[in-house]
Amino acid sequence: MPLLSVQNLRVELKTRDGIFPVIDDVSFTLDEGENLAIVGESGCGKSMTALALMGLVPHPVGRLAAGQILFADEDLAQANETRMRSLRGNEISMIFQEPMTSLNPVYTVGEQIAEVLRRHQGLGDKAAWAQAVDLLDAVGIPNARTRAEAYPHQMSGGQRQRVMIAIALACRPKILIADEPTTALDVTVQAQIFDLLHELREQTGTAMILITHDMGVVAEMAERMIVMYAGRRVEDGPVADVIATPRHPYTRGLISCVPHLTETLTDERPQLTEIPGIVPSLKTFGQDNCLFAERCAHASDQCQSGRPQDVVMGTQRVACWHAETIA
Amino acid sequence: MSDTLLSVRDLKVRFPVKRASVFDTRRYLYAVDGVSFDVKRGETLAIVGESGSGKTTTALAIARLVESYSGTVSLSGEDMLTLDGDGLRAARSRFQFIFQDPYSSLNPRLRAGDVVAEPLKSLKNMTSAEQTPLIDELFAAVGLRKEQQRLFPHQFSGGQRQRLGIARALAPEPDLIICDEPVSALDVAVQAQILNLLRQLQAERGLTYLFISHDLGVVQHMCDHIAVMYLGQVIEHSSRLELFNNPLHPYTRALLSAVPSVQKTRSKRIVIDGDPPDPINPPKGCRFVSRCPVAEERCRDAPPPLRTVGSGQRVACHLVGDDAISPLA
Amino acid sequence: MSDQTQPAERASSPLAETVQMFLKNHAAVVALVVLTCIVIGAVVGPFVYPNDPFDMVWAPFSPPGEEGYIFGTDYLGRDLAAMIVHGAQVSLTIGLAAAFMSVFIGITIGALAGFYRGWVEEVLMRFTEFFQVLPTLLFSMVIVALFGASLVTVTIAIGAVSWTAVARITRAEFLRIRELEYVMASRSAGAGNLKLMFGVILPNAAPPIIVQAALMVGTAILFEAGLSFLGLTDPNVVSWGQIIGSNRQYILDAQWTVTIPGLAIFVTVLAISLVGDGLNDALNPKLRQR
Repeated sequence: MPLLSVQNLRVELKTRDGIFPVIDDVSFTLDEGENLAIVGESGCGKSMTALALMGLVPHPVGRLAAGQILFADEDLAQANETRMRSLRGNEISMIFQEPMTSLNPVYTVGEQIAEVLRRHQGLGDKAAWAQAVDLLDAVGIPNARTRAEAYPHQMSGGQRQRVMIAIALACRPKILIADEPTTALDVTVQAQIFDLLHELREQTGTAMILITHDMGVVAEMAERMIVMYAGRRVEDGPVADVIATPRHPYTRGLISCVPHLTETLTDERPQLTEIPGIVPSLKTFGQDNCLFAERCAHASDQCQSGRPQDVVMGTQRVACWHAETIA
Repeated sequence: MSDTLLSVRDLKVRFPVKRASVFDTRRYLYAVDGVSFDVKRGETLAIVGESGSGKTTTALAIARLVESYSGTVSLSGEDMLTLDGDGLRAARSRFQFIFQDPYSSLNPRLRAGDVVAEPLKSLKNMTSAEQTPLIDELFAAVGLRKEQQRLFPHQFSGGQRQRLGIARALAPEPDLIICDEPVSALDVAVQAQILNLLRQLQAERGLTYLFISHDLGVVQHMCDHIAVMYLGQVIEHSSRLELFNNPLHPYTRALLSAVPSVQKTRSKRIVIDGDPPDPINPPKGCRFVSRCPVAEERCRDAPPPLRTVGSGQRVACHLVGDDAISPLA
Repeated sequence: MSDQTQPAERASSPLAETVQMFLKNHAAVVALVVLTCIVIGAVVGPFVYPNDPFDMVWAPFSPPGEEGYIFGTDYLGRDLAAMIVHGAQVSLTIGLAAAFMSVFIGITIGALAGFYRGWVEEVLMRFTEFFQVLPTLLFSMVIVALFGASLVTVTIAIGAVSWTAVARITRAEFLRIRELEYVMASRSAGAGNLKLMFGVILPNAAPPIIVQAALMVGTAILFEAGLSFLGLTDPNVVSWGQIIGSNRQYILDAQWTVTIPGLAIFVTVLAISLVGDGLNDALNPKLRQR
């Protein structure tokens, strides 16, 4: 029985031009200890999915219009704010892209970790502080005892992200949602952070939902992946399979448009495959056709006839009218 | 070497560090601390490094958008750093800059056509009549439509804004274009479009690029030569194939192994711990010594010079001999 | 390889968007209409209602409505309506001129400080701070006392002390904008310092400065009212503050001589404030949004 089961999730946003589904009928599951990646470009709804899981969809501009978020028999879509507050940081945690703005600049890092422990585990001040220092040590901050009294601006970007991880994992949550956790960091620091996440997850058995636009990161970190486009899921499956045989034209484009570092380089420099055009704006979401058709080389009239249905191809699921023919 | 377009020698850029009181000695941060390289006409030199490496400051210094402390920057034999006033303005049409952030590199009050016209007016003193056909041609060259000349920057997408920035840079017909992370702020699908466009323009117009980036995958695709910077200095400088197939410096090796990629088989990662040293007080020996997995005594004592080894690659490491074998191989 | 998916759009200039946003703020639009009426009234008033405000026309302290003098008369028997109408010109002119002077000084100092930084900024900011801590009313009084009370000296007295807010705002905007890449891009395209300051940065720094300038007109009118209340104004002209000042002892007997000019000041300054507020909303969100 999966740890998390999202069914037909629909989140709507109110704009000047009307109401549109920024998340449009998305379903997926997450097993215990599993690492799932949600991949897509900006505006595809991946960050909003994370917010929806945490009950942080911005009010009143947005609302969770339909669907279920089943977390161990409880439907989070129906949970009230009090219940969500008891879950956040406790059983479901999140880390964000910009560690500088996600940490409070006027509190020490030790204090910010301790606060979570006091709130959710009822620890007293001394005990919470001691455990905060332990956590800082566990995430690889040297001299944790002294560093716990430092303020966020006194630490480097990589260190701040480690602090965020410490806060997120303090209460040993069942699910960790990481929204582009390393996009703002140098690549060597990124490698350190991912190693740290690997190690910690092995120790705590936390499942992870990793949101990213970087296929390389997906290949290194995740076991399963979902590709999102215009608020919809267009493909999902085990990472190795999807990358080896991408079924959806968008997935193919995403993988082949990025210049990858190959093992051995030759003089050949192929033209990067382009996906023509740009991602659709929110105004076009939710229509009854394939939203990728206008950029797709394989588009036909059928693509306008309705929302593409899921096709199961081996371990992968694809939402494309032509999935089988273009294989 | 008449085909060398750009020649940088011992470039240094420093910034004053705020002092506690007027009586403390003035200290400086050398963001660029003695950088030298050449770029041949029609080629692309990529400069890579992480934050704090000084790569962007180097680019800005060469483009005369930041004041250099010492060194020379020769464009076709003429030192750009000694120019001022009208001489500098005349020279600016020979080198142009493409900025990283498409959202802050275009004046929000200028229409798209005027953005591209700006250098034509100020650097080439063209009249409106002379500008029009050129602007039309530039818009077409970067894949924008003529009707879009009337629109304002906020009406364009990120990728389109970057195309505008490219058109602006092309306008005065420069020999050298300095690209500072031109695709980092864009979605991957748009990145591919812009990178292809840049390569196409280079082939058509014989442009020379100085390409700054932190993204090694992009760099591998775009460059002919590549210089790796660490804490204000160039620590390795090789041709594209040499650098990626035989990286010499331990830092370069670590950098390459840290890049997540779908195609690389997960080779053993070389982990470098910790953070770079304080740039205001760099160590007196090799600057990488505090994080280098194979550092020796001599690395702490004296800074390694950037020297050419047997294969023609240049590297600044005591542990690399003429045989061009990396200590981490 | 081109980007053909967007349909042809109409150009949407920053000005057009500002006007659109402003029109959505009903209070501001009403205020603007009222203000326009006041300004038109001030301009054409003296022609439509040419009575000399200094003429003693009737018995002192006639209440409004008697003998066709809609606002009554003051303590000298002068037509209050005529005084209001002629006073409008004086109050508005001084308000506008003083605000203009303040804005001019403020922008110059703020722009130079924010652009050049270094010792230029230090000197100019200390100079600004000196003026900020001055008790403005007292300083204006000193100027008027020294140079005599005329329209010009009063305007200068107000303008010379009110510019500090504009200077600070201008400097702050310059500090922010000069770091943006399009300023570097203009330099790379051949712009010199002067063109960068006033051709590139200042137009983009304008929104908060415009708002401040609009509000300053209101402040200057109040300031002038204060000065003339104290009698420090050109005795040869009538201004609203002066009406209140000369009639203040009679507030209990003939309150209309005080309340009516007071209302005039109040309505004008309120209208200006609402318009300024509307401008603030119309200019800023677009400015801050990508």
